[in-house]
Amino acid sequence: MSAGSDTKDQVAALGEKYKYGFVTDIEMERAPKGLNEDIVRFISAKKGEPDWMLDWRMAAYRRWCEMTEPSWARLHYNKIDYQASYYYAAPKSTDKYKDLAEVDPKLLDTYTKLGIPLSEQKMLAGVAVDAVFDSVSVATTFKEKLNQAGVIFCPISEAIREYPELVRKYLGSVVPVTDNFFATLNSAVFSDGTFVYVPKGVRCPMELSTYFRINASQTGQFERTLIVADEGAYVSYLEGCTAPMRDENQLHAAVVELVALENAEIKYSTVQNWYPGDEEGKGGIYNFVTKRGDCRGARSKISWTQVETGSAITWKYPSCILRGDDTVGEFYSIAITNNYQQADTGTKMIHLGKNTRSRIISKGISAGRAQNTYRGLVSVHPRANNARNYTQCDSLLIGGKCGAHTVPYIESRNPTAKVEHEATTSKIAEDQLFYCLQRGMTQEEAVALIVNGFCKEVLQQLPMEFAVEAQKLVGISLEGSVG
Amino acid sequence: MMLEIKDLHASVGGKEILKGLTLSMRAGEVHAIMGPNGSGKSTLSYVLAGREGYEVTGGSVTYDGHDLLAMKIEERAAKGVFLAMQYPVEIPGVTTLTFLKTALNAQRRARGEPELDAMNILKFVRQRATALQINEEMLKRALNVGFSGGEKKRLEILQMKLFEPKLAILDETDSGLDIDALKLVAEGVEALRTPERSMLVITHYQRLLNYIVPDRVHVLADGRIVAAGGKELALELEAKGYADVIKVSA
Repeated sequence: MSAGSDTKDQVAALGEKYKYGFVTDIEMERAPKGLNEDIVRFISAKKGEPDWMLDWRMAAYRRWCEMTEPSWARLHYNKIDYQASYYYAAPKSTDKYKDLAEVDPKLLDTYTKLGIPLSEQKMLAGVAVDAVFDSVSVATTFKEKLNQAGVIFCPISEAIREYPELVRKYLGSVVPVTDNFFATLNSAVFSDGTFVYVPKGVRCPMELSTYFRINASQTGQFERTLIVADEGAYVSYLEGCTAPMRDENQLHAAVVELVALENAEIKYSTVQNWYPGDEEGKGGIYNFVTKRGDCRGARSKISWTQVETGSAITWKYPSCILRGDDTVGEFYSIAITNNYQQADTGTKMIHLGKNTRSRIISKGISAGRAQNTYRGLVSVHPRANNARNYTQCDSLLIGGKCGAHTVPYIESRNPTAKVEHEATTSKIAEDQLFYCLQRGMTQEEAVALIVNGFCKEVLQQLPMEFAVEAQKLVGISLEGSVG
Repeated sequence: MMLEIKDLHASVGGKEILKGLTLSMRAGEVHAIMGPNGSGKSTLSYVLAGREGYEVTGGSVTYDGHDLLAMKIEERAAKGVFLAMQYPVEIPGVTTLTFLKTALNAQRRARGEPELDAMNILKFVRQRATALQINEEMLKRALNVGFSGGEKKRLEILQMKLFEPKLAILDETDSGLDIDALKLVAEGVEALRTPERSMLVITHYQRLLNYIVPDRVHVLADGRIVAAGGKELALELEAKGYADVIKVSA
């Protein structure tokens, strides 16, 4: 509870508009602009990677050169010049810090402005934070407690050096190097990210969380996350993002892979609040993310919960491959678009095993001139006897200039499968607003309240620390959308 | 004067509904407005609350020394104008308690008073809910969603109790209530009568006025007050019907 109210106060202090628009000027160590084989080698060398990793990256890069950017999503944006970006930036010192006092004070100040000061993170009871500042992880806390449980929670660059067998076994096993344009790009140039391994039968003793942040100008952020829950293990992972204000569009192409072995469970929660661009649609992050979980063992479960309020462009479909028999996949999503934001997001539930079950709850909120698309696939394969899916897609429109679109794909190749799909589209009713205002609320409070009610089923899925922050974000991201 | 309405004209969708309405109330008074369907009763309540789409085309409204028509909806609420609605609105996913907390704190903030935390809100609400037979289970349900007619109206009165308005407008609070529910609601309102608080009770039927006895009764027809009198006028209307009273006055 105390963690929740801390977060609440911090978010409240951050105020009405987008308050995360600031830039620290820690001297960056950068690769030259553009992308070629030398850049890939540079990144790999910077990370001190073994040859196999470099080979893996090079294969991805060569493949990527032959690929074309996908255009099937309902998104409109200027062509991205991949040669105009920087692909590597790191804070000058890459040394590990033993103590907060050793950390660059400017970096700490950045976290203070963000409302998640490292010095207070220990107060966020039970939450270990692996803080990613730009591309290099600079601080990892709560490591000892996790060590005792045998849980590995570290930057992926470290995992590549320290646990090569585990990484080689699982990296790219859910999202293959050749999967799609953005995932392949990420495979070639990913700079850092997080690796989690929870051993057999272990219930991870705390919620794991990583705060990502884009800081260097014109530097794409290519995070790579790999989470493996061994047989009977359980882990809950929280990911939250904010980014500083920028005029230039910034590319973000992350890859997240989850592997759940027999009887394992992974819960992955995201609050995404990258800079969405200004009220005229200038600037903002381009967010092309590939997130996929593999319920590899029988009776395993993977649950995605996302609150997407930021980014100018969101292209994201956290998915579940229900490979094992009796596995469960869940997707709970809130996507809010305001002003000129565009989101094309949803999920894929691939039913391969028998008695597999999936549940999709999607809440899309569109305001201003924004466009919000739910795109989802439910696919039942021939062997998936008694597969079950329930999908509910609700869209809420605020004002008359935005759009909501629902694009469900359903493929069933097994006659015993049951797939249900429900969809609604509604507007915030004038009588609801009037009622709230008559009781003394401001327009913005009323909208936040009504929209939070609309999203309730999804917000309930979030861990407490994020639920309060997410509720605030819902209100903040819709400010100025009515009236 | 608590409320002074002078020659008020108002239109909805370009059609004039209020055609020169004049009425005044002192602090502590309870006035009833009665009239046939379509006479402009609900329009009057929405104009006083400031609802969008109810356009004032002439006249003035002074509330407790302020130009009421110049104030925003939420400003009026914070300054003590409360409208108990004929059709309370449902807000799915928002618990009744959350709604009450948000509204109460919004008003307190607007008045420069400190906000109440969750614990104090709960205490504050509980103390006032019991007499209206509103239990905790009801406070946990989504606002008005699946509430019976009686539950909705009792919740309106609970809000009146919480917000302690200076001017309460009750728009057809008796509609859709059986006699037991009506009694409970009316007693709730009667208990809120104070020398400082004025109430404008809009109703179609006399029966509500058996419980909430008005100081004055106005008859509204075709956008104007056509007759006014003491509480006995309500009984006369009940006996003779609107048509007769309106004819006599016209």
